[in-house]
Amino acid sequence: MHAAAYRGGVWLRQESQSVAERQFPAHETPLMNTFAESLSVALGLITHADAALWQIVTLSLRVSASACALGAAFGLLLGAWLAVARFSGHALVVGTLNTLLALPSVVVGLLVYLLLSRSGPLGSWGILFTPTAMVIAQSMLVVPLIAALARQLVVDALREGGDELQAMGAGPLLTALLLLAHARLAVLTVLLTAFGRAVAEVGAVMIVGGNIAGVTRVMTTAIALETSKGDLPLALALGLVLLGVVALVNLAMGLLQRGRAGAAPLAGGLAT
Amino acid sequence: MPKGPRPAASPLISLHGAGVQFGTSTALRGITLHIMRGDSIALVGANGAGKTTLLRLLNGLLPASTGQRQMHAQPVPVAGVARHPVTAMLFQRPFLLHCSVRRNLWLALWLARVPAAERSTRLRDALQRVGLQALADRPARSLSGGQQQRLALARAWAVQPDILFLDEPTASLDPSAKREVETLIETFGRAGMALVMSTHNLGQAKRLAQRVLHLDAGRLVTDLPAHDFFNRSDLPPETTQFLKGELPWN
Repeated sequence: MHAAAYRGGVWLRQESQSVAERQFPAHETPLMNTFAESLSVALGLITHADAALWQIVTLSLRVSASACALGAAFGLLLGAWLAVARFSGHALVVGTLNTLLALPSVVVGLLVYLLLSRSGPLGSWGILFTPTAMVIAQSMLVVPLIAALARQLVVDALREGGDELQAMGAGPLLTALLLLAHARLAVLTVLLTAFGRAVAEVGAVMIVGGNIAGVTRVMTTAIALETSKGDLPLALALGLVLLGVVALVNLAMGLLQRGRAGAAPLAGGLAT
Repeated sequence: MPKGPRPAASPLISLHGAGVQFGTSTALRGITLHIMRGDSIALVGANGAGKTTLLRLLNGLLPASTGQRQMHAQPVPVAGVARHPVTAMLFQRPFLLHCSVRRNLWLALWLARVPAAERSTRLRDALQRVGLQALADRPARSLSGGQQQRLALARAWAVQPDILFLDEPTASLDPSAKREVETLIETFGRAGMALVMSTHNLGQAKRLAQRVLHLDAGRLVTDLPAHDFFNRSDLPPETTQFLKGELPWN
């Protein structure tokens, strides 16, 4: 869609209609290669609520929020169970889970791609290059994070109240789930951390989503694409929005942690 | 608590040569013990003697590594059936969930599988028993230490246990809160619950217990009525030494 040519000593934009040109029309504009100019156009895109920009932003938020909801359902249950379960190989499973915290997103993307590609075991579902595939990939990315942090949360909380809940008649798994409910603010912090990881990752969604405009293009993949094409204003605008989202997540986490401090925190040592 | 002869009844819980091992360390060894209905027992001993481990073993929170723990089915006169004794346990620092006093009590009743129709009545009765009705909607964790322990006692009262285990229930309380909690424990004993309490306070053992058990390095060395425990001169040497060390502080 966009292209640039070197004429008369400057790079000139020759593309039909870039997002920036829809805001600031010009037949041939010098490529805005300075940060200040790009930033100015980027802010214009944000303040004028550019349709293409917000379509990308809302898809990103929808995909990452869905992935976190799905990841929370599996991750919290897995973490709670691992905190109280005793079986041979338990230490190995916990060790593997902790290792998966550093799972590269491109590896997850590759695995999901292999599963969902036409020749893969789930190829008949026909969901590769759809937002659903992206949700699955991001879920796989956040499940180890949520499970490992939830497990640590429950292990810490068990020292405080595990015996008492079991003395009242709760079985091990119910005890762990009650402790998660008890530490709900810490759990929310875990979920916000997972959301932060999901919304900022690029490798998995690029591989399984395909970065199709209007269908699977999210903030991170759009930033990568627009930067490579030289459409710095849109890339920068998306970068600013992404930073804003992450800042909001951090603000929410900070507020929650302050709330936890005021309400006698449970999860000491939670690395969030 | 009125002191009198131990009721002649079948035991609620028995230990037969029970021991508990944590890895290579032995926490309890060869404990034989019967908890009878109406018993009021104080477990005394130095730190690390095994008092808390014995309470956890009796309550089923720990399995016996050796020997046996036996719960004796109790006849239920009206229904004409037998059931295992109901137990409850009070800890030194009660664990209360981040919710209201009322919800904490409700949770205890739910976990004890008390029928839904009975829960409101039992909840009201328990709050009244410990004098916390006015604080029912307060966050449980905002209560003072004494009030939190009273809430834990209300939780125990609400499930109407046959045996109440108490692990140093007044250790972290100020004298006034300690008196309140002791009064409640006495009330519970008068209501027919068997009480098994660990304590470092021999004065408290004298006031509340009919029977005193002395543990030393995981062994039960003395099991005597309270009067004999504090007055006899032919106690085992470990107990004599323990009493010599402890009594001047009470």
